[in-house]
Amino acid sequence: MRRFLLIAVPYLWLVALFLIPFLIVLKISLSDIALARPPYMPQLDLSAGWEGIRSFFAALDFENFRFLTTDDLYWKAYLSSLQIALISTLLTLLVGYPIAYAMARSAPEWRPTLLMLVILPFWTSFLIRVYAWMGILANEGLLNQFLLWLGVINEPLTILNTNTAVYIGIVYTYLPFMILPIYSALERMDDSLLEAAEDLGCSRMSAFWLVTIPLSKNGIIAGCFLVFIPVIGEFVIPSLLGGSGTLMIGKVLWEEFFSNRDWPVASAVAVILLLILVIPIILFQRNEQKQREAEG
Amino acid sequence: MRRFSWFNATALTLGFAFLYVPMIILVVYSFNESKLVTVWAGFSTQWYGELIRNEEFLNAAWVTIKVAVMSSTIATVLGTMAAYVLVRAGRFSGRTLFSGMIYAPLVMPEVITGLSLLLLFIGIGLDRGVLTIVLAHTTFSMCYVSVVVSSRLVSFDQSLEEAALDLGCSPFEAFRLVTLPIIAPAVISGWLLAFTLSLDDLVIASFTTGPSATTLPIKIFSAVRLGVSPEINALSTIMIAIVTVGVITASLVTKQAAVRQARDERMAERPA
Amino acid sequence: MAQTVFAPWEDPTEKPLIQFKNVTKRFGDFTAIDDLTQDIFEKEFFALLGPSGCGKTTMMRMLAGFEAQTEGQILIAGQDMARVPPNKRAVNMMFQSYALFPHLSVWDNIAFGLKREGKDKDKIAARVEEMLRLTRLSKFAKRKPHQISGGQRQRVALARSLAKAPKLLLLDEPLGALDKKLRQDTQFELMDIQEKTGTTFVIVTHDQEEAMTVASRVAVMDEGRIIQVSTPAQIYEAPNSVYVADFIGDVNIISGRAKPEGDKVAVRWAEHQPDIIGTTSLPFADGQEIHFAIRPEKVAISAEEPQDAANKIAGKVLDIAYLGNISTYHVELPTGHVIKAQTANTRRLSRRQITWEDPVWISWTDTAGVLLER
Repeated sequence: MRRFLLIAVPYLWLVALFLIPFLIVLKISLSDIALARPPYMPQLDLSAGWEGIRSFFAALDFENFRFLTTDDLYWKAYLSSLQIALISTLLTLLVGYPIAYAMARSAPEWRPTLLMLVILPFWTSFLIRVYAWMGILANEGLLNQFLLWLGVINEPLTILNTNTAVYIGIVYTYLPFMILPIYSALERMDDSLLEAAEDLGCSRMSAFWLVTIPLSKNGIIAGCFLVFIPVIGEFVIPSLLGGSGTLMIGKVLWEEFFSNRDWPVASAVAVILLLILVIPIILFQRNEQKQREAEG
Repeated sequence: MRRFSWFNATALTLGFAFLYVPMIILVVYSFNESKLVTVWAGFSTQWYGELIRNEEFLNAAWVTIKVAVMSSTIATVLGTMAAYVLVRAGRFSGRTLFSGMIYAPLVMPEVITGLSLLLLFIGIGLDRGVLTIVLAHTTFSMCYVSVVVSSRLVSFDQSLEEAALDLGCSPFEAFRLVTLPIIAPAVISGWLLAFTLSLDDLVIASFTTGPSATTLPIKIFSAVRLGVSPEINALSTIMIAIVTVGVITASLVTKQAAVRQARDERMAERPA
Repeated sequence: MAQTVFAPWEDPTEKPLIQFKNVTKRFGDFTAIDDLTQDIFEKEFFALLGPSGCGKTTMMRMLAGFEAQTEGQILIAGQDMARVPPNKRAVNMMFQSYALFPHLSVWDNIAFGLKREGKDKDKIAARVEEMLRLTRLSKFAKRKPHQISGGQRQRVALARSLAKAPKLLLLDEPLGALDKKLRQDTQFELMDIQEKTGTTFVIVTHDQEEAMTVASRVAVMDEGRIIQVSTPAQIYEAPNSVYVADFIGDVNIISGRAKPEGDKVAVRWAEHQPDIIGTTSLPFADGQEIHFAIRPEKVAISAEEPQDAANKIAGKVLDIAYLGNISTYHVELPTGHVIKAQTANTRRLSRRQITWEDPVWISWTDTAGVLLER
């Protein structure tokens, strides 16, 4: 009995507040917009009995999805989200790997402190960390002031409200997600492997490519997915740092819902976003599983 | 013997500068006299004063904390139960669905979680406000809690529980008297994680809130959309300070406990 | 003598392969190697033996090129190695942890060093196959390191370090991770492979039995110095110090004052006890401090007083350890000294005539023990 309750309580909670809401999104994505409250139809009318259920299902269609394909705003937003996610993941990797590497090679007594310094920003508000860059990247912001003072540029650069600002924001906020898995892969690595490589005729550089990189491969993959997956649906960064030209699907969904109040289309956007995410999520899970098996 | 490496030193310096300089600038400019955030006009604490007098912010802060405490507490209970089910309950029908529902919210874009919950609340006619935000936050943060707790439970020596049962505990007593004290650090860090996630959340709260409840992130977001403001800098500074003090204290406490344990073990080794 | 014994260290015309010349290595304040001079010859199986922290691993890492000496000179085949990085040395090392690359198969691990030399594929493949045959690993070529047993991993590590046919192979506690039975088998395998390939082996170990079994010469180290270098038999039968005698095998040590008597030396070690008579080539002064060391198997034990023994002392049995092939008796003397005496159990289940608390006599000849200055 107790075991039943132990399983049932969290189970039912998740069914009610995760699974069912998700099915509702699926259903509404197949409905039509209506000038009513709630602003979509058909409504399921159980009082009409079997007939009601039949007419309900008959009214569902893929019209919203067809609409998404006709308006190029949507597929451009999907493509641009993917592109931004891809580029920023690579940038985060380029920035994060040397940091993770240097951390793993630092003196053991320093590592806990360095690790805490990487994790600390993660505990501070995401919003605040994005906001911090607004004052730096603005036309009259500190970065431009600094560059003007150095004499590198004569006129302020426009960075805020461009894709560049979005890239900077993403790399900044998601950096810990990249550093941590790579660090843990590198830290576990036995130093004698590098010595063995050198002993067998590798230079330091080739030992890095032939041993260090392959052995941190799982960390790199995990870090890339941990950045790539959430960035696709990112909303805060494009809306604060990006400009009108920055198209990201999270932002489109938000606007479709709050500004246009078109719930069915917003739902359809969400369903497609999820379909896009399914592939990287499955790949990620598989990588994690492989790693667990290799360790176990 | 590791040699000092210029490459590593440079990577660490640049890396941590990148992580921390923006926050330091944010903090420094919160003490700026000028309304223009980018021009230094002398030291002043006036923005802190204005912040304290700003009732909207105070109300939002209060709502946020209320939501965070409630949701993280419920999430910790549910998440610990879920972790226990995942690690110890063995097979039951629907186990795959259950573990799928635990892991899916971790990778689900916030916009989708928010949208779906909102549609549910409207569908069942629940008035949106503090309650709906708490429900929403509990749902996604319980998944984080269960991941944290289950990773501790996996490395937990099951023979300890068996010993408790052998010595006459009921399963529930064994959990309360043996398992819980041992996994307590994981449960606490799960709670802390849930608490910060809730404090931090903008997107899901925006979807699931109503006119009666505005949380701090929603307030900050709407203020920040209009541009940089020194009041927000002051607010950010306070939040950064609280987090920094909290995290450093927590790590010192853990470290001290580890040092004490090491010392006790050394003492125990010594012949009496 | 019909057969020449392998002993290049006794031939003054022989050129050593490795020369340590007044080498000192310091890590900060800590002196790991202290003004050490030693030659090692081609085709030797040279063991560095000592407790952890004695500097044996540092010596080997200096040969591999992972550490540079603070002072002095290291030469390999007459060449000063000071500025030669590890990857440019004709020296390979077998690591204590084996350091097998977990992402590469057994085959690729063995081929790793060969590929770095840029040899052509056929030659590499031929050499890898040869090494696989030598170490009896052909069946496991495609496996990853975590898919084979500890003993097999040890052989992969050996094959990998031998693949480049180094002039010198360094082995860092090569058998430390194996269980005792496997270790004994592998010791003979190592000797066999060393002989087949004609490579010079330098092995680091803290296991004296292992060093005695495999090595042509053993260097016993302590605190950054070599205390004694000799063949295993010499080290065992003629240790030059109490430290070496005590480190290798089991030994009884009795300390006293020397009293030279012609070509023999008497050791006065206790009141009311006869002096111990021993022979030595070392000159001892009258009254000098002296240590008498004797192996338990050279001490005879009997219930009756032996007639014509050079040394005999009465005592009583404190303890008997039955080890199957031998029995060790702990005999307490009236002075409180406990002397170990060993007898071989050559007859099956012979009725033991000596048991606990029995009064017994222990005895030995005047050449059975060694007399040591320190």
